[in-house]
Amino acid sequence: MADVALDRAHDREATMAGRRHFASRVIIYALLTIFAVIYLVPLLILVFNSFREQPEIARNGLIAFPRSFQLTAWADAWSTYCIGGTCEGMRRNFMNSLWMAIPATIISTMLGAMNGYVLSKWRFRGSDVLFTLMLLGVFMPGQIALMPWAFILGKLGLTNSTYGLILVHVVQGISFTTLFCRNYYVSIPDDLIKAARIDGAGFWRIFRKIILPLSPPILIVTVIWQFTGIWNEYLFGVVFTSGREQPITAALVALTASGTNVRAYDVMSAAVLIGALPPLLVYFLGGKYFVRGLTQGAIK
Amino acid sequence: MSSIDTDVGRRTGQANPGPSWRERLTKALPIFVLVPSLAASFVYIFVFTSWTLYISLSNSSLLPSYGFVGLDNYASLWSNRRWNIAYSNLFFFSAFYIVGAMAIGLALAILIDQRVRGEAMWRTIFLYPLAVSFIVTGTVWSWLYNPVDGIQMLVRSLGWTNFNFALASDRNTAIYAIIITGIWQSSGFAMALFLAGLRSVDQDLIKAAQIDGASTFRTYRKVILPVIAPIFLAVAVIQIQFAIKTFDLVAALTRGGPGISTTFPAIYVYDLMFQRGQIGEGAAAAMMMLAALAVVLVPYSFYVVWRHRKESRHG
Amino acid sequence: MSSLTIRNLRKSFGAVEVLKGINIEAQAGEFIALVGPSGCGKSTLLAMIAGLETVSEGEIRIGDRLVNSVAPKDRDIAMVFQSYALYPTMTVRENITFGMESRGVPKPQRDEAVKRVSALLQIEPLLGRKPGQLSGGQRQRVAMGRALVRDPKLFLFDEPLSNLDAKLRVDMRTEIKKLHHRVGKTTVYVTHDQVEAMTLASRIAVMHQGQVQQFDEPQTVYDRPANMFVAGFMGSPAMNFIPAEVGTDTDGKPAVSIKTAGASTTMLALHEGVSGISTRNVILGVRPEHIFRYSPELKAAKPSIAKVDAPVEMVEPTGAETIGFMRFGDLEVVGRFDPDEAPRMGETITLGIDMSHACLFDPITKKLL
Repeated sequence: MADVALDRAHDREATMAGRRHFASRVIIYALLTIFAVIYLVPLLILVFNSFREQPEIARNGLIAFPRSFQLTAWADAWSTYCIGGTCEGMRRNFMNSLWMAIPATIISTMLGAMNGYVLSKWRFRGSDVLFTLMLLGVFMPGQIALMPWAFILGKLGLTNSTYGLILVHVVQGISFTTLFCRNYYVSIPDDLIKAARIDGAGFWRIFRKIILPLSPPILIVTVIWQFTGIWNEYLFGVVFTSGREQPITAALVALTASGTNVRAYDVMSAAVLIGALPPLLVYFLGGKYFVRGLTQGAIK
Repeated sequence: MSSIDTDVGRRTGQANPGPSWRERLTKALPIFVLVPSLAASFVYIFVFTSWTLYISLSNSSLLPSYGFVGLDNYASLWSNRRWNIAYSNLFFFSAFYIVGAMAIGLALAILIDQRVRGEAMWRTIFLYPLAVSFIVTGTVWSWLYNPVDGIQMLVRSLGWTNFNFALASDRNTAIYAIIITGIWQSSGFAMALFLAGLRSVDQDLIKAAQIDGASTFRTYRKVILPVIAPIFLAVAVIQIQFAIKTFDLVAALTRGGPGISTTFPAIYVYDLMFQRGQIGEGAAAAMMMLAALAVVLVPYSFYVVWRHRKESRHG
Repeated sequence: MSSLTIRNLRKSFGAVEVLKGINIEAQAGEFIALVGPSGCGKSTLLAMIAGLETVSEGEIRIGDRLVNSVAPKDRDIAMVFQSYALYPTMTVRENITFGMESRGVPKPQRDEAVKRVSALLQIEPLLGRKPGQLSGGQRQRVAMGRALVRDPKLFLFDEPLSNLDAKLRVDMRTEIKKLHHRVGKTTVYVTHDQVEAMTLASRIAVMHQGQVQQFDEPQTVYDRPANMFVAGFMGSPAMNFIPAEVGTDTDGKPAVSIKTAGASTTMLALHEGVSGISTRNVILGVRPEHIFRYSPELKAAKPSIAKVDAPVEMVEPTGAETIGFMRFGDLEVVGRFDPDEAPRMGETITLGIDMSHACLFDPITKKLL
């Protein structure tokens, strides 16, 4: 009898604990859902409004479920919408950003990989000091460099050109790419390099045959970091270029600032999405590496 | 280049006491590789900074000129009401933004750390704002804050017809609009760092706390969070950096308005240099931004170096 | 002909001198072990032989060629690393041929060499795999294969067995020894494990604080250690060091007196060879295996055995033998006993000490007398 009573008491305790556990689970998921809604709503509003008709947006407000559907806003935003007199949509600015971000990303990543290789595997007297000095670039505010860049780009005849922006972003990016690659290469055992040297491989052969094949994880991180950073950059874009030569971030500000006429939220939503799409795509495809880049870049 | 290597190999096949010039060249190769980047970084970091410093001490206006005027630009900057608003905005914004982003980031990280299902999905949702530009974020949120078409209209359409919501268009509250948007954009970042920290805590430590009978709350407060304390500081320092450099978000969200109520140092630098043609004073403002960053980062880097030393000494 | 000559070699990192004048010479086909505690400079020495560290002063010759400033790849050496240092992105075959490829050896020749070496080391089935898919022992074999395939003048091993578990380590040790017999190349082998050094080497260089303490054949290093460091480092459990005074015993023969239980002293006769010791105070070094349970039969068979009484403080059976800890004055002395005649804890045992194997050291210079 006593045993049965004990069992029952035990059972009751167990179910109580189970209920408490269940309740805490409900609370956890409820909180996560609330936050998720807050984080997702702005994106959803953009997506919805880019497909809604403008009169319906005006009638029901920006935050509403779509009750109309159109695709013309995307077409307008891409190729015909007018920003300050020119009516070419975002296409040209989108291409500007692409032709700025891709070369700048590739060049700065390559330089970073080679710098990182030298600074981790071919150290020389003072190389650690040089590395520390290069790191300072990570913290420089862009405002400090505005005047000097304006002067240099002027001298080189690169004002108001994508090439000028490529140069700016490469120089600014070297610090980051070198930091990423160097910290990754440090974790590759030095014995591998020694073994390769005894095997008769030189500086470049070791880089090509041993370091580069081990590099994809860090190169992906670096490329993602550089591409999203350069694509999303605004200050240099708005200062060193104007009109048709602007990258998409600067063009978006110009577009949404032209607030004199009735706001075409449908087209603007589509335009904003066009500007957000490439980095979002990169993020959703390479999210794991994106996060790794963040945590590495931040904590080191 | 690799042909040089093999060349050297063949040459030294015979007994060869001293290093030849080709061997020396091979030895210097790593340095040659570094030179272009070093030169660029040197110019970017030191020459540019000195140049801007010099301009800030000159009488440059629309174009750079090199008449030395001492600290005049700084004096005029600090006597300017707009700059003072910008600077106090920066402090106000930084305080709320950092605390807010860290609190929400930590909350999210702890929630996700409870072995929830679909962890990758939750993380993706909370972190995606970081992938898009401040321009995109600022634009969307400026619409939400729009007193006609945004949140106000939504709430009114739900029945509260007298509801007023003009956070971003009231000069007294517009800064909060920026703070909220900033937190929305970067709390995911804090979450990612905190989560990485939580995951790095020795699992045996947590098991030991559980055996000691500590509740989940106590385990976090007394065991886990103290272990990841350095991450709090790291997150705070990074967020301060964001805050000091804040330009895009304000440019897209309020453009410094209404009036001059949400002017920030970065916005003001841009205005002085490119809208008003006061390059000298703009450079002075830029130097003040650098000073603010240095105030935060120099002690922090000393602290990090000190901590590394201490750790390596203890094993 | 000597195939490796190291003369007066020095190495400094900044103000710190890690190698202080090393002299080692290896005959063709010899197996030299560099042994010492961590930080003694043995790995630095090996890296300098390989050309991975620069020479601060002195000479390194491989064959008759001075190689001080010759690049590692041109020294005609091969090296096996502690971490194996297998290229993780390459297959076993590619790992083995990488060096030949770097040197532009044509493909048929490379394939031939791979075939030869993989047969020798029995790694044919692994050739297509990546290092990540191999066990510790297999990686070890591949690392040796990479070294062997080169057919170099000199083999360098940097603690190659220290990442293996105990049993595998013994197996691989035997295999390395067999391999060396078959290949017959001069080998320099760095280890901190004195058993490895004893079993493998034709000569051992015991290093400490950047200096070679003794460079000799294993048995000589073990039996006649040059100083107290070598004596203490080689052998486990370590040699017992007992302070002693030189005198003569009742027969007038040279003897040493040591403190034993309580305040009493015991005279131990020294064996015939010892004479002409000028110092009064010495350190008596006795290896644990030369301490055993005394019996008159043993004494009759071996007159050099001395007799000492001592209380037993602790006993550690290991199966094959039993380690006993006895008290001599304020010292603890370790002996290795046959389990059949092992001491019991608390017992006062009558010990026999084989004085023919005892060493005497100068307490000040720590050198063998």
